[in-house]
Amino acid sequence: MYFSHALRAASAIALIAAGAAQAETLTIATVNNGDMIRMQGLTDDFTAKTGHEVEWVTLEENVLRQRVTTDISTKGGAFDIMTIGMYETPIWGANGWLVPLDDLSEEYNADDILPAMAGGLSYDGTLYAAPFYGESSMVMYRTDLMEAAGLEMPKAPTWTFIREAAAAMTDRDNEINGICIRGKAGWGEGGAFITAMSNSFGARWFDEDWNAQFDTQPWKDTLEFYVGMMNESGPPGYATNGFNENLSLFQQGKCGMWIDATVAASFVTNPNESTVADSVGFALAPDNGLGKRSNWLWAWALAIPAGTQKEAAAKEFIEWATSTGYIELVAENEGWANVPPGARTSLYENPNYLEVPFAQMTLDSILSADPQNPTVDPVPYVGIQFAAIPEFAGIATEVSQEFSAVYAGQQSIDEALAKAQALTNDAMEAAGYR
Amino acid sequence: MARAVTTNRKILNTAVAWSIGLLIFFPILWTILTSFKTEAQAINDPPIFLFFDWTLENYAVVQERSNYMKFLWNSVIIAGGSTVLGLIIAVPAAWSMAFVPSRRTKDILLWMLSTKMLPAVGVLYPIYLGFIKLGLLDSRFGLVIVLMLINLPIIVWMLYTYFREIPGEILEAARMDGASLREEILYVLTPMAIPGIASTLLLNFILAWNEAFWTLNLTAVNAAPLTAFIASYSSPEGLFYAKLSAASTMAIAPILILGWFSQKQLVRGLTFGAVK
Repeated sequence: MYFSHALRAASAIALIAAGAAQAETLTIATVNNGDMIRMQGLTDDFTAKTGHEVEWVTLEENVLRQRVTTDISTKGGAFDIMTIGMYETPIWGANGWLVPLDDLSEEYNADDILPAMAGGLSYDGTLYAAPFYGESSMVMYRTDLMEAAGLEMPKAPTWTFIREAAAAMTDRDNEINGICIRGKAGWGEGGAFITAMSNSFGARWFDEDWNAQFDTQPWKDTLEFYVGMMNESGPPGYATNGFNENLSLFQQGKCGMWIDATVAASFVTNPNESTVADSVGFALAPDNGLGKRSNWLWAWALAIPAGTQKEAAAKEFIEWATSTGYIELVAENEGWANVPPGARTSLYENPNYLEVPFAQMTLDSILSADPQNPTVDPVPYVGIQFAAIPEFAGIATEVSQEFSAVYAGQQSIDEALAKAQALTNDAMEAAGYR
Repeated sequence: MARAVTTNRKILNTAVAWSIGLLIFFPILWTILTSFKTEAQAINDPPIFLFFDWTLENYAVVQERSNYMKFLWNSVIIAGGSTVLGLIIAVPAAWSMAFVPSRRTKDILLWMLSTKMLPAVGVLYPIYLGFIKLGLLDSRFGLVIVLMLINLPIIVWMLYTYFREIPGEILEAARMDGASLREEILYVLTPMAIPGIASTLLLNFILAWNEAFWTLNLTAVNAAPLTAFIASYSSPEGLFYAKLSAASTMAIAPILILGWFSQKQLVRGLTFGAVK
């Protein structure tokens, strides 16, 4: 009897000790956006299932980018999981800075990840980051204003139609601007928009020998069209408007159309936040008949820095956070409109989710984006609104500053393009591409 | 002879001073007001000033999401530690420069100040690598050292300026009475320079409290101060201005209260040389 009790006690202690030895505390660096914050609120589910604790380091996007880049390039080991995007993943994967995610469990079903997302988050065919949510860009428009203008938005509009519709919807007396789009300097702000737009005009950043292409006609056409349309129908001060500024304008009923990230659809259709929630329609990003649309492709994804001591636990977290089970957990707690979109094929086969008004258009937008062949003419880089090379962020920030100066009326289109051409070629030469 | 000031002139001076004060304080006031609005009211155009339904919802959300006290405690330790350590090093240094200057003193002072002109990001990688080697990453001790080093030139310069106002003869008299160097600095110089030392302490505490480059880049979970707390509420993809304002108000509240209670000391210290 005594022996039996002692054995049970010893077994219990051994089990607790074994559990304690396996339980880890993961440090995760992430961005402050709605989906990520929602995930933080649901982390207890992960802890209950695995025993691992999670500590979050939430930072503003640009601060996060600088912080994780410093840490991973110096092998600092401050984080076990990092939230990174489609721009960083192939570059860091090629540098050997990330743990390959090629051994995820069968239950996880990695084949369910949307091919466009898996492709953008891979290097040399190996997945290095699992998409938490993905986005493209599309047209969000006011159905009531469109109807009042006597127009009907096609599912796949052209830029010519968008410009005409914008002019028709503009009502300066009532502070309604026909179109709101990004003009703010920054490679991920106005730079992302104008690059994606230029693809549909036949422009490209580099030719196949890495020579800058800002001295070509398609770039001039892009900027002339953009500036002309925005001066006719855009909001005042559009040169400093980014995602948040345009979201604010649209939600207050001051934009006829807004072309931006598909994730914005859940904001503008939320009656608690938007005054126009019940009159929003969606369409594909415009094209120019050249075979390329002006939509981008992006994903916020979870990756494990090489050298972490907690690789197994980190993989467990990634499997939990990017699984179909997590999507169902969010749907249960917050409704289907709030689940992380754009990552898994099965989400778009789910009849519950397809009832969400922007679900199908988001999928169509993502499917129409091809980061491997982003432009009309061939290019040596991968990426739609960026070129996946380490030098791009710095160069594109400077180029977008030159473009924003055009939008603000501080210099001419020709001047900006000449400066962009010179600074890009200089930087590429210094980096050894030319 | 004191200059006669007319009543009209006094009213004008007061009005100008209040206007400038309000202008400087307005961004802080706006942040505080926004923290009590809903997200929709925060972005309203035209902006709503006072007449809205005041809510504490943003503070509740921030409290629920973040461990404010942990960030606050880290800020107190890092700002306080770096300021006190800086003073311990700077007082003897400033004494030496003020009372026993050498031919190189002015060059050294200028060189110290010139280190402030180097963009911080230029030394990020060397310092980050050093921190990894020394195991100081995400530690309060590491940040105390870095912020002390960053603010040391300012502390030395301020103390040097105050010490120069103190007649050297007083220290000389103390020496003749048999005071050692330590006693001279501790019991003679320091009490006379208290207003200057206090204002140096306060200003450097504020500088260290607000420092947002090193505190964001060298911390993660354990040592993150209130600057990281604010950064966690900023987002380029989502309108969270009211929550960001609530977080900002909570982050600046301690330093605002400290500044309010110590304003007399601060002003006296800053104008020390002029009124002597």
